Amino acid sequence: MSGRALEQGALEAAVLRSDRFRIAREEDWTRLEAIVTAMERGRLRKLSDEDVLALPALYRTAASSLAVARATSLDAATLAYLEGLVRRAWYQVYGPRQGFARWFAGFLGGGLSAAVRGIWLDISIALAVMIAGLASGWLLVSGDEGWYWTLVPTQFTDTRVPGASREVLLQALGTEETAAGLTGFAAFLFQNNAGVAILAFALGFAFGIPTLMLLLREMATLGAMLWLFSTRDLTIDFVAWLSVHGTTELLAILLAGAAGLHVGRAMAFPGDRSIPAATAAAGRRAATVMAGVVLMLVVAAVLEAFPRQLVGETWERLTIGGTMLAGWLAYFFAFRRRPAGGAP
Amino acid sequence: MTATAYTPYDAKRRRTVVTPEGIALPFVVATRGARLGALLLDYLILLVSTIAVTLLLAQVAGGLTGLGGGESGEGGAGEFLQVVWMLFWFLAWNGYFLAFELGPRGATPGKRIVGIRVAARPDPAGGGERLTAEAVIARNLLRDIELFMPLVLLVLAPTGETGAAGWAGLLWLLVFALFPFFNRDALRAGDLVAGTWVVEAPRTRLAQALSAKSAARGVSAVTGTTYRFDDRELAVYGEHELQTLERVLRENRAEAIESVHAAICRKIGWNPGAGDERAFLEAYYAQLRARLEGGMRFGKRKADKFSD
Repeated sequence: MSGRALEQGALEAAVLRSDRFRIAREEDWTRLEAIVTAMERGRLRKLSDEDVLALPALYRTAASSLAVARATSLDAATLAYLEGLVRRAWYQVYGPRQGFARWFAGFLGGGLSAAVRGIWLDISIALAVMIAGLASGWLLVSGDEGWYWTLVPTQFTDTRVPGASREVLLQALGTEETAAGLTGFAAFLFQNNAGVAILAFALGFAFGIPTLMLLLREMATLGAMLWLFSTRDLTIDFVAWLSVHGTTELLAILLAGAAGLHVGRAMAFPGDRSIPAATAAAGRRAATVMAGVVLMLVVAAVLEAFPRQLVGETWERLTIGGTMLAGWLAYFFAFRRRPAGGAP
Repeated sequence: MTATAYTPYDAKRRRTVVTPEGIALPFVVATRGARLGALLLDYLILLVSTIAVTLLLAQVAGGLTGLGGGESGEGGAGEFLQVVWMLFWFLAWNGYFLAFELGPRGATPGKRIVGIRVAARPDPAGGGERLTAEAVIARNLLRDIELFMPLVLLVLAPTGETGAAGWAGLLWLLVFALFPFFNRDALRAGDLVAGTWVVEAPRTRLAQALSAKSAARGVSAVTGTTYRFDDRELAVYGEHELQTLERVLRENRAEAIESVHAAICRKIGWNPGAGDERAFLEAYYAQLRARLEGGMRFGKRKADKFSD
């Protein structure tokens, strides 16, 4: 449909009122379609300023055309076209207004800490379960050494076994000579831990129970190892060795478990809302936390590969670990800026 | 995806969402088959591209050893490549869905090929909502337990190595894997947690207006005769028949046109001629539509030939 003359001719030729309606507005519709198509292709920069400014108005025109056409026209093809066009324009007008970069800025600048504070109850529950796991691991092994073999996976039972001498255990906490090989180790650790954290979150879907079991199991392992080192008076050394990356990593796993629990709790106790609505709201908040967990695990892997293997002094290790923990806690709980975006 | 304008949608999959302007928009929930197809396509794309990059990096690593840059130098560069490869692998498999579903089309390449997209589920009142970054992240985090863990256990459990726990785990994980088959919106667990759904995204072209042609005035281009139908002859059909007629005219299949022509002639008591069926039907279509639309303006609608 190009050219005024042709359009005038078509207008006169049209017998039906609904066709005249269509011909008079067709130009606006095709313009809207062109704009929407360009936006869908990601070619926002190629659009002129007038087109970008016209989008909301054209969208509303098309929406009202659809309303009028529904009441006056029986042209199924035009109705189907208008429905499709309004739907596509709706996605663009009311779509995710922020790209990844802006979302990420809002996420770091308040969205993440707000989401973490939003699941404080689940964090408390997960923390209690983790402490219970730690204590039960310790108590089980101190009562019967046989439990050590059950609780600690074989990859850790190289030299770190009950009855090992103080020197052997101390050596396991030692440092590497150079940084060579540690970068790859860090990448491996990150992939491995990210997998565990995503699992802890995803398992929360079944009312959170598998998540709690996973946390209990992991912490019982830690409790058993802690007991082992304590039998040789190496508690402080072990805690320092662990704290370099452990404060970040355990906090990340705590958050992942709490995020999973948050979703599970929303499903079990949706409150006033319907289960899907409550689950979706909890899921989005938990997803923000999970994005933070992945970031924390990157930091943890770097800490685990470099400072832990290279820094040998107990007090140095404790300082790094303590600083990281204080930093995270301050960021999550003391950093209160209202996020610009609609982060929960 | 160019869907023809008159595709009869499966009524079971049709949902209505109300836009902030108060317009009720129909959405069609994507079929499970289409979604499976899209998933397979996406994994095919991912697999081919990640393997290609792996081979490329292996080539570079091979070049490094060929250069023989000494023990320490080679170690550093090789390690760097290893890290690049691991991070690329992680980003590709986790970031692919995020990046594409957050884009303006809300669809991965596989979904786009099949003609579906991700959208936010409407609130209980039917009001449309925005798709957010959090929702896209949430729906993709659950993929592991929905897809890969059941697949792994499906292979492991029958071997008997994992014992009863393997079977129990498999059964439990199958709940997630088969989740889409037990709700009417075909939501998978990730969709439920994120508040999203997957809908069809047809791109309909504006079809030509049938009634704006000259034949619509009743004049046949072939014979020059003018078709005029009186009120009684037009009153036998309703909107349903009008749309069927529109479909027949747009599809333009000779045998369909002949049989519809014969059926209408029988119904209104005309003597069916031959050779000018299309002009007859176009004229009848335009005049029937004029009559029904005229009734609409006065609030009188006739759904089909059985209603009055």
